Amino acid sequence: MSLTTSTAPGRVTRARRSARSGSLSVTSGLGLGVAMLWFSLLVLIPLAMVVASAGSTGLGGFVAVITESQTLAAVQLTVLQSLMVTAVNVVMGTMIAWVLVRDRFQGKRILDVVIDIPFALPTIVAGLVLLSLYGPNSPLGLNVANTRYAVFLALAFVTLPFVVRTVQPVLEELEADVEEASASLGATRLTTFRRIILPSLVPSIAAGAALSFARGISEYGSLVLLSGNLPNHTEVAAVRVFTFIENGDTASAAAVATLMLIVALAVIVALDIIQRRVARRG
Amino acid sequence: MSIEIKDINKKFGDFVALEDISLNIPTGQLTALLGPSGGGKSTLLRIIAGLESTDEGTVHIEGVEATHLPPQKRNVGFVFQHYAAFKHMSVAKNVAYGLEIRKRSKADTKKRVAELLELVHLSQFAHRLPSQLSGGQRQRMALARALAVEPTVLLLDEPFGALDAKVRKELRDWLRRLHDEVHVTTVFVTHDQEEALEVADEIVVINNGRIEQIGSPDELYDAPANDFVMSFLGPVTTLEGLLMRPHDIDVSTAGEVAGTTPGEVVRMLRVGFEVRLTVRPTTGRGAGSSPGQEGDVTVVLTRSHARELGIDVGSTVWLSANRGATSVARRAIAAV
Repeated sequence: MSLTTSTAPGRVTRARRSARSGSLSVTSGLGLGVAMLWFSLLVLIPLAMVVASAGSTGLGGFVAVITESQTLAAVQLTVLQSLMVTAVNVVMGTMIAWVLVRDRFQGKRILDVVIDIPFALPTIVAGLVLLSLYGPNSPLGLNVANTRYAVFLALAFVTLPFVVRTVQPVLEELEADVEEASASLGATRLTTFRRIILPSLVPSIAAGAALSFARGISEYGSLVLLSGNLPNHTEVAAVRVFTFIENGDTASAAAVATLMLIVALAVIVALDIIQRRVARRG
Repeated sequence: MSIEIKDINKKFGDFVALEDISLNIPTGQLTALLGPSGGGKSTLLRIIAGLESTDEGTVHIEGVEATHLPPQKRNVGFVFQHYAAFKHMSVAKNVAYGLEIRKRSKADTKKRVAELLELVHLSQFAHRLPSQLSGGQRQRMALARALAVEPTVLLLDEPFGALDAKVRKELRDWLRRLHDEVHVTTVFVTHDQEEALEVADEIVVINNGRIEQIGSPDELYDAPANDFVMSFLGPVTTLEGLLMRPHDIDVSTAGEVAGTTPGEVVRMLRVGFEVRLTVRPTTGRGAGSSPGQEGDVTVVLTRSHARELGIDVGSTVWLSANRGATSVARRAIAAV
């Protein structure tokens, strides 16, 4: 629990901080340099460029783009659906991980492998899979094509493995005797789960949720077939950005991209705060 | 009788963990379940705690039929070998856990936690996390946590097994003193005979899923029921077909006397105040065997005694059982 050690009494924290501020050795200096260079080339500079080109039309231009009704609708839909899907994933993903770790049943190994398929499939194939089952020719008689359910469904499909895969290893590492100790102290299974198991899982659930949300707001491939990209109804932010680029309006595309960047950052920070709170409360 | 165990059988698949175990554990005493690893002693403890079910047989705790009660309802305190600390909670929170579950008032809980932390000498660490404590401190915290709920019995599963030798010894003394203060019926599992002999009021020797002997440390040491118990309680050697303790053998250099076994000293090892001799008998069963063989007898003398006798490698000595010696007939195929 590296997170919680930071709550240690002052002396420990201070000792660590002073050790860290000392000069770096040559090798770790070199390592840090390479890491920063790589990170800058791949992430920081492109991001900065996007933000810069979003600002090329001035603040007024930026605000005008993101407050335009079709864009706003697209961003709202994306964020809302991603949040909903993330919430569902937190519950379902934890449950699936639990079943995979704690229960014994036939075909468990197969299920364990199959979990990754939504993530491993090319997203357009995922879209095709969903279209064949939940589209106009659905054998189940469920046609969600061109509705907002389609957006939710597609996002849920592609983000399914994230929480499962982050929670699973942590759950496997949990010591059985901690739960037994809780039981012998009189705690019911529910209390043990809530007060002993959950706090240990929360960091990994939060990490899975962050991944799931990030993937959700960026999703494009699996949506386009099923949702129909109807403006103001089922059009998501990524499609909106793509439309702007197709029309040669890079500045507007960058403006939407920047907004999404801010949203993603905000959500990831919020998840981290929630996670710290819950993990500490116990 | 605080814990009454009757005719317990337990199998894990084909492996027989416990076979026809019946045992009464008296109230207020410190009882040790002693035996080699895999002998079933931990399983028995876990059955008492309700963490493991029985295939057959019954468990009564303080007169209450507990065989099918879940662990939550048995009111037993359990201490695990690897502490089982709640890592995300402070020491005080760990200790308070059982009280909070029982919905004690905040003031009550606080007072009791302070008392217990005082008892286990952890008051100044109340706000630390378990990861900031040493192993010994963690185990004391676990003990306080188990005692917090005022259990009818306290069960300890190899409580000092994960600690280094010095801390083990300290905690062992401390557990004995604590028990003299608290007087809760305590059962602890150990594979360390010294620990059991030193701490327990009563020892139950368990091997291969069966009880070999029950008795006080002195009874077990002076009158072991069989060669297994004898050899498990300390080093043994064989003289004239009898299992004996190396320090119970008299050595003389005076010459042939009736009832003694002549032999040649083939190895001599000095460890601190004692001298360990390996003697190869020149007549009888062990005669003529190769080095380190069956027939060799191990004898322990004090350094001064050995010097007085002037023994060295190659000298001829005569061995006989000490008059007060404990001996057991050696089984054809010894368990050890």
